[in-house]
Parts: sequence; C-alpha cells; structure tokens
Amino acid sequence: MFGFGILSCIVFLPLVGAAFILALRGDDEATLENARWAALGTTVIVFILSLVAYARFDSSSAAFQLVEEKGWFGAGLVYKLGVDGLSMPFLVLTAFLMPFCIAASWKSIDHRVKEYMIAFLVLETLMLGVFSALDLVLFYLFFEGGLIPMFLIIGIWGGKRRVYASFKFFLYTLAGSLLMLLAIMAMYGVAGTTDITVLLKTSFPASMQKWLWLAFFASLAVKMPMWPVHTWLPDAHVEAPTAGSVILAGILLKMGGYGFIRFSLPMFPDASAYFTPLVFAMSIIAIIYTSLVALVQEDMKKLIAYSSVAHMGFVTMGLFSMTQQGVQGAVFQMVSHGLVSGALFLCVGVVYDRMHTRDIAAYGGLVARMPLYAVAFMVFTMANVGLPGTSGFIGEFLTLLGAFRVNSWVAFFATTGVILSAAYALYLYRRVIFGVLDKPSLQTILDLSPREVALLAPLVALTIYYGIHPGPVLDSSASSITALIRNYDAAIATTKTAALALEQAAFK
Amino acid sequence: MYAAIVFLPLLGFLIAGPFGRRLGNRPSEIVTTSLLFISAALSWVVFFSVALGDTPESVSLLGNWFTSGALKVDWSLRVDTLTAVMLIVVTTVSSLVHLYSVGYMNEDPCRPRFFSYLSLFTFAMLMLVTADNLVQMFFGWEGVGLASYLLIGFWYEKPSANAAAIKAFVVNRVGDFGFALGIFLVFTLTNSVSFEQIFAAAPGLAHKTIHIFSADMDALTLASLLLFMGAMGKSAQILLHTWLPDAMEGPTPVSALIHAATMVTAGVFMVARLSPIFEQAPAALSFVTIIGATTAFFAATVGLVQNDIKRVIAYSTCSQLGYMFVGLGVGGYSLGIFHLFTHAFFKALLFLGAGSVIVAMHHEQDMRKMGGLWRNIPFTFAMMTIGTLALTGFPLTSGYFSKDAIIEASYASDRFGASYGYLMTTVAAGLTSFYSWRLVFMTFFGPKQWAGDAHSIEDASPVVAGHDHSATAPAHDLHGHDAHAFDSHGDASHGDSSHAHDAHGHESHHLDPHESPITMLAPLGVLALGALFAGFIFHNYFIGEGVAEFWKNSLYFGPGNHILEEMEHIPELAKQAPTLLMVVGFLTALYVYILAPGTAARLANAMPALYRFLLNKWYFDELYDKIFVRPAFWLGRLFWKGGDGAIIDRLGPDGVAARVIDVTGRAVKLQTGYIYNYAFAMLVGVAAVITWYAVWGLR
Repeated sequence: MFGFGILSCIVFLPLVGAAFILALRGDDEATLENARWAALGTTVIVFILSLVAYARFDSSSAAFQLVEEKGWFGAGLVYKLGVDGLSMPFLVLTAFLMPFCIAASWKSIDHRVKEYMIAFLVLETLMLGVFSALDLVLFYLFFEGGLIPMFLIIGIWGGKRRVYASFKFFLYTLAGSLLMLLAIMAMYGVAGTTDITVLLKTSFPASMQKWLWLAFFASLAVKMPMWPVHTWLPDAHVEAPTAGSVILAGILLKMGGYGFIRFSLPMFPDASAYFTPLVFAMSIIAIIYTSLVALVQEDMKKLIAYSSVAHMGFVTMGLFSMTQQGVQGAVFQMVSHGLVSGALFLCVGVVYDRMHTRDIAAYGGLVARMPLYAVAFMVFTMANVGLPGTSGFIGEFLTLLGAFRVNSWVAFFATTGVILSAAYALYLYRRVIFGVLDKPSLQTILDLSPREVALLAPLVALTIYYGIHPGPVLDSSASSITALIRNYDAAIATTKTAALALEQAAFK
Repeated sequence: MYAAIVFLPLLGFLIAGPFGRRLGNRPSEIVTTSLLFISAALSWVVFFSVALGDTPESVSLLGNWFTSGALKVDWSLRVDTLTAVMLIVVTTVSSLVHLYSVGYMNEDPCRPRFFSYLSLFTFAMLMLVTADNLVQMFFGWEGVGLASYLLIGFWYEKPSANAAAIKAFVVNRVGDFGFALGIFLVFTLTNSVSFEQIFAAAPGLAHKTIHIFSADMDALTLASLLLFMGAMGKSAQILLHTWLPDAMEGPTPVSALIHAATMVTAGVFMVARLSPIFEQAPAALSFVTIIGATTAFFAATVGLVQNDIKRVIAYSTCSQLGYMFVGLGVGGYSLGIFHLFTHAFFKALLFLGAGSVIVAMHHEQDMRKMGGLWRNIPFTFAMMTIGTLALTGFPLTSGYFSKDAIIEASYASDRFGASYGYLMTTVAAGLTSFYSWRLVFMTFFGPKQWAGDAHSIEDASPVVAGHDHSATAPAHDLHGHDAHAFDSHGDASHGDSSHAHDAHGHESHHLDPHESPITMLAPLGVLALGALFAGFIFHNYFIGEGVAEFWKNSLYFGPGNHILEEMEHIPELAKQAPTLLMVVGFLTALYVYILAPGTAARLANAMPALYRFLLNKWYFDELYDKIFVRPAFWLGRLFWKGGDGAIIDRLGPDGVAARVIDVTGRAVKLQTGYIYNYAFAMLVGVAAVITWYAVWGLR
C-alpha cells in the first residue's frame, strides 16, 4: 500500500488523522464535531487494517512476519517493523480499544477537543509502534515517546490533582527508562546492532546479563506496574479522564509484560532464571497486598487500579514460570485484562459523567434506575473476579497452573488472590449497584444512552466470547511461545553444561 | 437429546433474561417453566435408558474450550448412570420449583429476572454434572455459585440479603481455592484434566509421593484433600458451612432448589465422580468421614434451638450433607448418592412446605409467632409431616433406606474414622428427629401465637434474651461505612426487622392463614410421592443387589471394597439404634412442646451457656469475623496508608519531588529543618555500616 507495508500503514495512519485535525480551523461546534469524527474514523480504519494484518498472519509459525526494513541514520540503525505471535494480540488489542476511547470522550471532553484527539492519535501511533518495532532503538523511541502524550492527557484533561499525578507518573517511568537506555547502548556494544531479530540470537555473557536484566527490569517493572513501584498507577488513574484510564490500563500496562517477553526472557535467559524467585516474590506480594488495599478503597477508580496491579501480578508470575501454560496464560491475561479493566473504567466513566464523583459512598441502589448498566457492570465484575465463562478465568487459571508446575508455594499464595478478588469486587458492586436508591442526587439518574450501549455491548460480548472460546487469542501466540520456551531451556542447559565443564576442569 | 437437556434451561435464561421486561411476567414464567419441564421429561427418558436400560455411557464432544501445550480442555457432555441420576434430581426439582415459584413470587415485580436466574442456575448445574473434565466441572461449579449469589441477593434492597450473597460467594471461593489447586496437582500428576485419562492413571499413582509445599506427601491423598476442600465449600461442611444458613435470605424456592436439593450436593457428586481417585487415597476418605460426621452432629445441635423456620431446615440440610459424606468416606459412594437422591425430594418438600407456611403467615418466618396452623393449612401440614417422616427415617419412607444405610455402613466399615462416624451420625439421628418434630409442633400445633398476643411471651422469654443479644450485633458499624458485607450477624434478627417484602402492613392479629394456590401445592404433592416411595422403589438399584448393573462403571469400588455387602451383616442392635433414637427424639419433642409446654424455656434457663453456644451457632461467625474479616480490612488499610502512603510514596516520588523543590525553590530551607534530618539520617547510616562491619567483619 503506497509502497509501505501494512504495518507501517497501521502505525502511521493515526498521525495522518492527527495532521488532518491539526489542519482544521476554527473552534465552533461543527469543527469540533469534525475533529471527533475524524478521530473516530481514523481509529476504526486502523482497527480494520489491523484485522487485515491478523488475517495475513500465520499463527502456526513462530517467525517474525510482515517484516519491513529500511536503512535509517546510516550504519547499524534500521527502521524495521514486524510481528510475531507475541506482539500480534497486542497490536490488535490496541487498535480495537482506540475507537472506544474516542467514543467515550465524545461528550465528556469539552475543552481543547482538537488537541485531545491529536494527543490520542499520536499516542496510538506510538503504542502500535511499540508492538511492531523490530529495532531496539526504534522500540525505545516509541516506548518512551508514549510517555509524552499520556503525560499531557493526564496533565491537561485530568482531575483536581492532575499535576501531582502526572509528575508522579513521569518521575517513575523516567527513572526506569534511563537505565534501559544505558542497557540498550551496552547491548549495541556487544552485538554491534540493535536489530531485535539479531539480538534474540545473540548470547550475552552471564555476568553482563544480570546488569542488563536489572536495567530493563527497572523500566518494565514500573510500566507493569509491579509492587513496590506501583503507586503511580492509582493516582494516574484517578486523575486521568476516562479514556486515558482505559488506555493506561488496557495498553500501557501491557507494554511492561510485552517487554519482559520480548527482551528479558529470551535475551537474558540466565539472568531471568537467576531473578525468577525475586519476580515470584514481587508477584505474590502484588497479588495479596494490592487486593487487600483494593478492599478498603473509597474511590471506584482507585479500587479498579489496585485490582489491575493484582492482575498484573498474575501476569509476571505466569511469564517467569516459563511453562507453556504460564506464558500463554500471561499473554491471554494481558489481553483479557485490557478488555475487562478498560470496560470497568468505561463503566466508572458512565456514572462519573452523570454525577461527577467517583466516591463509592455517593452511589448505591443504581440497579433500580440503571438495569442495563447493572448488567454490564456485573459481567465485567465477574470477569474481573475470574469466573469461568468469562475471559478473566482463562488467564488466571493458566498462569496459576503454570506457576504450580514450577513452584507450588507460589501458586498457593497467588491462588488466595482468587478469594480476595471476589471479596473486593463484589463488595464494590454491592455498594454501587445494590441497596436502596435513597440518595436524592441519584433519583433522576438515567440508564445507558445508545452511545454507551454501543460502547459497552461489544466489550460484554467479547468478554464472554473469549471466556468460552479463547482460541483466537490463545492459539495465535502458541507457537511463538513454544519457540520462546524451547530457546530459553536450551540456553539454560548450555550454561549449566558450561558451568559443569568448568567445575570438572577445575578439579583436574 | 443430551444437549437438549442441558441447553434448554440456558435458552430459557437467554429468553427471560434480556427480553423478560419486554415479554412481560407471565410469558417469561411460561417459557422458562415449560422448557424446564421438557428438560425434565427428557432426563427421565435418559435415566430409564442409561441407568435402568442398556444404553451405554457416552461422551459427546461439543468443541474445544482451550488448549495450551499438554493441557487440552473440551466442552463435552458425559452421560453415565451417575450423571443420569443427577440429571433427574436437578431437572425434576428445578422444574417443580419453577412451577412453585409462579405462585410464590406472584407479587414480586421482578419475576422475569427471578426465573431467568433459576434457569441459569439449572444450566450451570447441568454443565457441572455432565462434565467430562475437571475444568468444565469447575465451570459449572462456579456458575452455580454465581447463580446462587444472584438469587440470594435477589431482594437487593435488603442489606442482609446482599451481605449473605457476598458471604456465600466468598466462602465458596475459599473452597474453590482448594479445588483449583487440586486441579493443578492432578494435571501435574497425570498431564491431563480429562476424567478418562485421570481415572486410568489413578491406580498407577497410588502410594506415590510427591515433593510439594516443601514436604513429601502422598500424591493422591493430597490431590483428594485439595479437591475435597472445594466440596466442603460448596456442600457447606463444617469450617466452610457459615454461608449456608445466611443464604436463607434468598426467596424460599431458591432455598429449596439450590440450598437443599441440588447445588449443595455438588460436593457429594464430585467425590462420587472422582471415586477412582479417592479410592486410592484412604487417608483422604477418612478425612471425608470425619468432616462429614462432625458436620452431621454440629449442624443438628445448632438446629435444635433455631427459631427461624428456614434456618432450622438449613441446618438440617447441612447435617444431612454430612451424612452423605460419611457414606462416601467409608467407601460407599452409592450410599452418598442415594441419600443425595432421596434427600432432594424430602428436603425440597420441607423447604417448599415451609414456603407455603411463610406465605400463609404473610412472610413471617419466626416459628415462635406461628402455632396451631394445621387447621388453617391442612394440605401443607400433611406435606410437611411426610417430609419430616422421611427426614427422620421413619420406616419405609425414603430417608429410612438411605440414611440408615449410611449409619450401618459406617458401623460395618473398619476404616479410620468410621466408628466416629457411626457414633456421630447415630446421635445426630436422634437430634434430627427432635428438631424436625419441634418444627412441626411449633408451627402447626400448640396455641396460636399469631392470633392473640399476650400469652406468647411465656415460651419465648429466654429465647428473646438471646435473640436481642444477636440483634444488637449488626448495629455496630464495622468499617465506618455501611459495611456489613462480611458481617454475618444480621441474620438472627430479620424475623422482626428487615423484611423488605410485604411483611409490613399486615398487623399480626388480622392474620388469616389460608392455603396456597395450586401451582404451589402441586409440586408439594409430587415431591411428597418421592419422599415416600423413592427409597422403597430404588434402594435395590442404588445400594442393594442391583448395584453392579445399575451403576455400571460410573462409580469405582476398589477390589477390597465390599462395604455394601458388609453393611448387611451388622448386629441387630447397631442396626436398630438410629430408629430407636428417632423414636426417642420424637417423644422428647412431643413432651417438650405438646405435653409439657414451657419445658424448652426451663431447659434453656438451666443451661444458659450451652443454650447460648448453640443459639450462636458455636460462635463460628464471630470467630471468622475476628480472625479473617477484620484483619483483612485492617491489613488493607495498613498497606494502603502505611505501605503505599507512608513508606513507598514518601521515600519515592514525593520524597524526590520534595527534595527537588527544596533545592531549587527554597534553598533557605536547607539551613533550617531539613538539613538536620539529612545529617541525622547520615549518622544513622554510618552507624549502621560500622555496626555491620563490627559484627560480621571481625569474625
């Protein structure tokens, strides 16, 4: 298409939309309406293109596909895009969620609409870039570039403490990413290239791996976010506009998990094995600690934010179990969480738009006037709890199973999260939806508008569909993960034999 | 046909759920109820052809659920005799309860929602019993949990109903925690979750040890125990039983269907289904026996003093489930299932009968406010009496065959824990008889406590004292906002206070109890037939000589397991003991409540500590509140304010930001307070380093 590959089209089309909006003149309602439609149209086209890419994608192969490569800045650096089973689900997920973000902001954003839409479209380009970049420097640019529009979205269209939240967000992520940049330079020093496909085949010295791993970890753990570097997330969520929260929970958090599975695990296998107990410990703490914290929250968004941290704990645990079930479960959990937590934030947005408060205590008995809303919220709550038949179950079940095969204690403690999630999620639901509708402010609250139904219905459908037929997501990543684990095990085995040989040599 | 049985209720849910409001109340009722009746009719056909006929067991594959590496999970329907038995129990009771609800829920504005939930429940339960692998079973398992949650909390305006619903879900999740770990362990051992492969691998795994949880354990014993933990949650066995009595907050048909006849027996079904595993784990079976026996006794004692009519039956259910587990635990899998089968009839009958009483009393559930009703509602009285006869094991009723067989088997068995099981179940038989007849006497005989007023105080005075005690409990505010979500005290008090239903508006002395409509009475009649004759007709197939042809391969008895034969050869006295105690229980109740009214009050006053202990259900709720619920909230708040706020944020981003502001904006500050803090921190640090070297470096 126009001399570019389909991936380039997908990645850069949002920028075209942004340029178009930028070119719009005037600030009257008609212009703003144009801006909204332009943004929505762009994101829908991108989503359709991503489906085309998915159709062309051969999920039985573990290789990178749809690869594009162009020289860039002379030697060493290249512009290279491509996808495999690990990145394809995230690419589609990103493209899928964007139209929802635009539609969710239709009414609730009323100042600087054009800028808002531009920020979102730029953000989309950067996120799509992260999942399709096959060059480390390119990846880094996309990865860190995403910070800027998100920072602006929270800082400009956020709530009361938006400045505090956006700075906190910035400080955390920046600290980690500087270390990652150093690691990237070090890797370039060893391999002489930043081409990810080459780096995946490079074996880094064991001593160096640990440093590189830690440097990446610093950045990825913050993004994920893992305990104890998670405290930026609740604040960022609370202050971000609804669509910002959706993107934050749905996509930005997944970049951390994607980073682990793309870089840490395959490139530094020895270090990963070495640090696995640390990751397990942090995952378990995240699951139990943040679930308990979620139990006592008084703000709906904070509660869901903390539950996100707990769910990401399942992801890191599954990834580092390095079993087929664990890793597949982790990837699935990320996709599912993208849908479910995104939907939950949309649900919060629905009542926030009406009442302008996220205080749980301000609600109660909504089911009496908002039955449709209650149904949608129930489905997502159950998916959040991991009820079989919803997409939330598959990921949790597989990651726990994977962890159990590696370390039964880890699975034991992590499974308590299943109890705690039920407690906090149902407790939230009961306080918001059930009870007597006796608060005067709620007496005239309206049920979902057609726009909101259109927004939530597809998510309800997908949550249940992936719960009873998760194949489309699960299978598309299967062969890449099989290959990943095979290489990982081989690398560990090589190191072991080498260490053994060294030992024997020393004895002689 | 198998698919039709399972999916017709789902169809009913999909029609009445989303479109119920548009369809209207009556069409929704008709659609769901008639679909259920079709499903029930088909189930009986299956029962005759598979269990009694020659149709072989079959597994029909519906499709793949998910696959990951060696883990392959399918959607499929397994139909063998065990499934066929469960199919008729579930669909028969469910269709009758649907029909009954048409009358019972007559005044409720949300009937389509109610019927869609009932159908959803039935679907999930059928998925559970037709599962061919552990994961699909887990799907049904949690699905019935969801339906139970929705139905307990059906009257969502009642805080107590919401609290009970959450409690049911969360406590069940505690059991599911074990179930899930059990599935993981089974997969680790056999590389499969499908029954076929697991059962094939089970004999080879007997006595194998596995290193797990930092210890060497017998693999199958641990797997069985973990899976049984799930059963304990779902079947409300002691330690995880606390949710069941509270679940009575739901409408009465729900109590009959879910919390008596079907869902709570899922644990019994699970153990029977997994008999090839449990058979290889004798230690686990002993544990099952002990838990079951303890529950049977514990719940019966609590049932002695409860005043809420539904709560008495709820504890009775709990106790009878204990019997079933004793039957399973001594290796008599078919005994457990047989009691499940008969119990479904008479317990559903008792619950629906109680519902009829409650309707007649205009939603009054406190038995102390009933009395003398037999003249007003004679049919209901007759049905309740039949249910009580069956429950207490009156000769030739269905409970007589199934319950006494369990007691006999526990006597005959030489497994560890079996003698304890015999002792507990026999004593409990006497207690069962007492509390069942107490219920009948308090409800249907004696002075009419609802007609007059003054003389009702006499018998009730000590009861009221204890009652007030528990009624004050919910008043304290647990967590600063209306957080009774995990607070369970709200239960004992609802007789007087929070009946969101139409309890208000009816002054008690204007009460004119009358018989319920035919839609409610017809199901009672059908269930009464089952309660009377199911045992007599089927005992030969389930536990007698016809066992082998009846069960075929669906239950597994190890080569050394002859419990069904041995139980026939026990001393006559041991055999008659439960019947004897049943008579004693009846006579005691007769004396206490009819011949010498007021005895109950005297007894309670004579032993206040014991009385209070029983009335407060052995203080399980209070204990759990102290050791689980409050600490969870306390820890949550500690982690939030202390961990996230005071430690992570203060040392992390806020600290950094503050320091930046210090340095750039207000350099002056450096000379005041902050500099000393730094200096002090540095000194502490230096001191720490020196100490470290001094202690570790010089050795």
